[in-house]
Amino acid sequence: MQDKYFIPFTEQMKKEYTILVPNMLPMHFKLIMSILATDGFKTELLETSGPEIAETGLKYTHNDTCYPAILVIGQFIEALQSGKYDPHKVALIMFQTGGGCRASNYISLIRKALIKAGFDYVPVISFSLHGIEDHPGFKLSLKLYHGMMYAILYADLLMSLNNQVRPYEINKGDSAALCDKWIKKLGLELGTQRISYRKIKKNYIEIVKSFAAIPLKKEPRVKVGVVGEIFVKYSPIANNDLENFLVSEGAEVVVPGLYDFCLFFVYNYMLEPKLYRKKIYLYPLFKVLYKFLCNKKEDLAKAIRANSSFDTATPFDHVAHMAEDIIHHAVKMGEGWLLTAEMVELAESGCGNIVCTQPFGCLPNHICGKGMMKPIKELKPDVNIVAIDYDAGASRVNQENRLKLMLANAKKIMLEKEKNGETQ
Amino acid sequence: MANKLTLGIDIGSTTTKLVLLENGKSVYEKYQRHLSQVRQTTLEMLLELKKAREIDKLSVAVSGSAGMGMAEAAGLSFVQEVYATGEVVSRLAPDTGVVIELGGEDAKVIFFNGGIDERMNGSCAGGTGAFIDQMAVLLDMTVDEMDAESLKATRIYPIASRCGVFAKTDIQPLLNQGASKADIAMSIYQAVVNQTITGLIQGRKITGKVMFLGGPLYYCEGLRRRFYKTLDLTPERAIFPEYALYSVAMGAAMYAGDAEELSFDEVIRRIEESAKTEKKRSDRLPPLFENEEEYADFVARHKKASVPETDIASYSGKAWLGIDCGSTTTKLALIAEDKTLLYTYYSSNKGNPVELVREQLAHIYDLCGDRITICGSSVTGYGEDLIKHAFHIDEGLVETIAHYTAAKHYQPNVDFIIDIGGQDMKCFRIRNGAIDSILLNEACSSGCGSFIETFARAMGYEIAEFAKLGLKAKAPVNLGSRCTVFMNSSVKQSQKDGASVEDISAGLSSSIVKNALYKVIRAASPEELGKNVVVQGGTFYNDAVLRAFEKELGTDVIRPSVAGLMGAYGAALHVMKSEKSNILSPEELSSFKHESTSAICKGCANHCHLTINRFADGGRFISGNQCQKALGIDKAEELPNLYKWKREYFESLKPTEGGKRGKIGLPMALSTYEFAPLWYKLFTELGFDVHFSALSNRATYEKGQFTIPSDTACYPAKIMHGHMEELMEKGLNLLFYPGLTYNVDEHAGNNHYNCPVVAYYAELLKGNMEDLQKVHFLFPYLSLDSERQLVSTLLPPLREVDKSISKSEVKKAVSAAFAFYEDYKSALRAAGSDALSFAKEHKKRVMILAGRPYHVDPEICHGIDKLATSLGFVVVTEDAVAHLAPVQYVKVLDQWTFHARLYRAAAFACENENVELVQLVSFGCGVDAITTDEIRSILESKNKHYTQIKIDEITNLGAVKIRLRSLLGALEERS
Repeated sequence: MQDKYFIPFTEQMKKEYTILVPNMLPMHFKLIMSILATDGFKTELLETSGPEIAETGLKYTHNDTCYPAILVIGQFIEALQSGKYDPHKVALIMFQTGGGCRASNYISLIRKALIKAGFDYVPVISFSLHGIEDHPGFKLSLKLYHGMMYAILYADLLMSLNNQVRPYEINKGDSAALCDKWIKKLGLELGTQRISYRKIKKNYIEIVKSFAAIPLKKEPRVKVGVVGEIFVKYSPIANNDLENFLVSEGAEVVVPGLYDFCLFFVYNYMLEPKLYRKKIYLYPLFKVLYKFLCNKKEDLAKAIRANSSFDTATPFDHVAHMAEDIIHHAVKMGEGWLLTAEMVELAESGCGNIVCTQPFGCLPNHICGKGMMKPIKELKPDVNIVAIDYDAGASRVNQENRLKLMLANAKKIMLEKEKNGETQ
Repeated sequence: MANKLTLGIDIGSTTTKLVLLENGKSVYEKYQRHLSQVRQTTLEMLLELKKAREIDKLSVAVSGSAGMGMAEAAGLSFVQEVYATGEVVSRLAPDTGVVIELGGEDAKVIFFNGGIDERMNGSCAGGTGAFIDQMAVLLDMTVDEMDAESLKATRIYPIASRCGVFAKTDIQPLLNQGASKADIAMSIYQAVVNQTITGLIQGRKITGKVMFLGGPLYYCEGLRRRFYKTLDLTPERAIFPEYALYSVAMGAAMYAGDAEELSFDEVIRRIEESAKTEKKRSDRLPPLFENEEEYADFVARHKKASVPETDIASYSGKAWLGIDCGSTTTKLALIAEDKTLLYTYYSSNKGNPVELVREQLAHIYDLCGDRITICGSSVTGYGEDLIKHAFHIDEGLVETIAHYTAAKHYQPNVDFIIDIGGQDMKCFRIRNGAIDSILLNEACSSGCGSFIETFARAMGYEIAEFAKLGLKAKAPVNLGSRCTVFMNSSVKQSQKDGASVEDISAGLSSSIVKNALYKVIRAASPEELGKNVVVQGGTFYNDAVLRAFEKELGTDVIRPSVAGLMGAYGAALHVMKSEKSNILSPEELSSFKHESTSAICKGCANHCHLTINRFADGGRFISGNQCQKALGIDKAEELPNLYKWKREYFESLKPTEGGKRGKIGLPMALSTYEFAPLWYKLFTELGFDVHFSALSNRATYEKGQFTIPSDTACYPAKIMHGHMEELMEKGLNLLFYPGLTYNVDEHAGNNHYNCPVVAYYAELLKGNMEDLQKVHFLFPYLSLDSERQLVSTLLPPLREVDKSISKSEVKKAVSAAFAFYEDYKSALRAAGSDALSFAKEHKKRVMILAGRPYHVDPEICHGIDKLATSLGFVVVTEDAVAHLAPVQYVKVLDQWTFHARLYRAAAFACENENVELVQLVSFGCGVDAITTDEIRSILESKNKHYTQIKIDEITNLGAVKIRLRSLLGALEERS
């Protein structure tokens, strides 16, 4: 059922329009945008920040909507109103996950807000694996998806290495500069050259080695994992710059990558026919795809292990089975079972201090986040989890105070472990 | 060796505490309210300490939410306060099992047994000490007085504990109905206890000794008693250490042992210097007035909008009296034949509006003498019924109509009226001379006038003075547009950043305005409101609010000089047709007496808490009832009510006995309210005795409240815990609540999901209710898409229960179950059609009380259906009429089965003259943030009224009644 407010992104638009991209995961999105450029798309990442974004969002959408929707809408409308763009020559893009969470309604909410703000002619492209909507000018070839897969793997790698290096670097800014350098280089490669897996694997090694070469001072830091609703977990505008706060408070941050979230969808697709006895003819294909994607992740992990002592991500198949005893794989709305599994995985890999982020009133997180803390604690008595709600009006002091409590306990646990380690 | 001195400074949200330890022993303790002057107070206290003791060098650590920024800027070590408490307790009282600490704004619980677990309240839970303070203000008492009073209590009223705003909405009507302050005070404490349990204890068992810490628990005996009682503590298990007040400071002092030693002067110097370097965190807004001229213009413009007055001493003739007994204030207006004002009165209720009105009436009679005759009287507002009965007022008027009457008199072409009172916000759009749509604030955002007032008082100002200061603000703080609890912390934050009172006053004004515009009205531009906007209500006396409103809207508005009296003025205008009044005469008034007692209605299972008001003339007024039964009226004619029909249907699903496969229990909550017939038939066919838990009441919720992990989930979900408890209490060993990612497919949208909470709540139950480990809790993921799919998804879990169950048996049962479910739906639709024809035949209005199937639960809808029938509506459910309208094309993704029914029901209302739709929305329902706007636009596209009622744990029917009566009033006026 296509709604009547739907404005398709036409092939003509593809030639003339600039597609604005919201700011969630800058490194990932920049690389993905390079891939899109190979097919002739003009895109621009919105890098605005500040309280006006939320304020604009609140003005144009229902105030009880989830915070990410308010922010995305605010950022888009602010950009359209800024005069920086010709509103008749831009389109907006938003990823749409689908599923029973209200997040699948972001696209509709953006459209409604645009109507309210007088931009009803601006097309909104939903970027989703389901193909919910039909945009003649936004057809992605298999080749593009293939490229995006590597874009995500690259960006996850950079994010992970940056997190492991940045807190310890002797010359402040080394790691960030290296990230910038690689994003530029990889973007150029992905945007102009034919994809060669041999080249990509070579890049993995070079990236790992370049980060390993950054001079570090090793000091004991508590490791803190960040999980949660996808937007709030990653976007500094949404989580009040959580990662920087944690680092400044003496932590090393561990953030599970975006690739696993994509795998989560494929996994759920694969499960659906089995779970509900549905007849889906593409089922065998999903199995093949899943295996293929898992192997790609493993290749990356191998490259890291062979060339450095950096931590690598746990294989997805392994993560998937970690929380099986406490939450069913049928729980697929929002971050679903993956959120619970990531917390268990973090605890398992020695990072029991966890911040579970969600927008205030996040429906799936009632179940998969807050609802699973007790069972996780029973499974891993050492975990030290704090759930933080983010919202346009939430007090930052309040949030930071709770984070400080988690950090104080984290440091205590670390000291106790050290002590025990010595006596053993 | 010199003695080692360590100093702990605890700066909480309201107080600063110092503890000085000498070789680990406390030698100095001090406690002072800081009134948000954090740094200054701390310095004063340090200087005092310096005078009291000779100190050379010492180590210092700071703790407390308000000390964070200062410690950082001053380069002093900081320790998180809960952590500090944990340290103190594990050192000084190692046998403690649990610590419960209530502070000014935070609540904390620490578990020591089985791995230390420290918890703080979430950001929604609001303050505790601050909450008690606010409630005391509401009762017009000091905190000590309230505590003393609470000890005399005899009963407890349910009061929402989620946050202060909610609680206020519950307390205000209790006060207005004349409930005793002692009972209310105790009920407030119980609300704090309940909040601690659901917000913090969350299912963990309380074992060992319980230590109580923090100011409120230290000072309030009544609060302690409620904790003992609720947690079932013996005196030996409750500890109140002498350091209760100072625990955090003491923890900080212990922690300071590792910090560097500084000279005392250095410490003072660093704190002084920190003012310069501390990070500013709050945003600022442009000033309300750019210059003096702008201000002068503003004053002159609004001066024009005044109502003429007539001197009561020289007037003789007819007069009419209007009374507006609001939630926090009472207003009176006496008008002359030419509609000019003879006498006005505006005052805070002070907890006893009846006495206030009596006094005023006596005063008016004095002023009137023999010259003036009161020919008619009318009362409006929360206290309408009570005042009407007490003084034999001629007419009771719903507030919205009263306000419109006044505004219309004032500005005949008014397009939009916004009334911000002490407790609520009412906005209505006028189209073609009739009220077209009514918007009221939800319980959650009711941070209106009373909020500013409480704040002004807390900062030591009268509201008028506070408002005046706001006008001069140079850089108003930006406090956002969220609920008052959030604002509370934002204000504290800005104070720490050195914002002046002026800036805070102006900032609060802007917040209120933003709330009104974006949360209640949901406007993006001034054009949406129309040309002639009238603003009124006591809050608009505040020039800062008025100005902020104009600035935010970008247009000038009209504020009548009697802004705060518009309800009373409108009521008086409305009753001017009356020639003779029945109002108590001066003689009757002189012997007027009023007393109130409380009772519990035994009319039905609801057991409403009643307040019975008795008056000297033998008159009686009962309030607190959800239906007419308490009043002794058995309505001869009962209107069709499909909520009732459904409840009776579900209750008719009685277990068969002696089934060969034993008993199975199902919670009557969430999706069971849709699928009860299906599961009932299915399991009965398979040879199970199917037991449903009973329909809920308050006790159901309380039974399960100890295991709720997420206190911001919706009430229908949270009540689930109680149902599971009930089933287990009944001794049922096999329980069933399936996982349903997908609902039934009614082919009415893009997909047919359930919301995440309905779909997966079983997972949460299993993870958080320990007792479920002891029984067999079955929650398979099922597909209802086809009989085949249900059979194959159901068979494996059933085999787990009983290996003898065969596929053919299940097939047969599923077939029968679907048929039975279809029969239920047909019966429901038939009952719906009957109700509609009844309405047509008897010329009644129909109300589609639209929500989710589980909203028919009596504890969830709080008797709103009965209220609607008592107002003359035939009540139908959304699922009884949705099939009568086509599938709707909506602007959002229509992917939830239950919600698609709402859109169709709205379309059905559009097609039928006598049908109205009222939407029930559970607090915290994320999905309804999406559906409400859509339903509104469907209805408004056909010029229908949209009415939304937000319901939660406790819902104040008084507010609901106003809403429904306003709807009725608007409908009547239109036709």
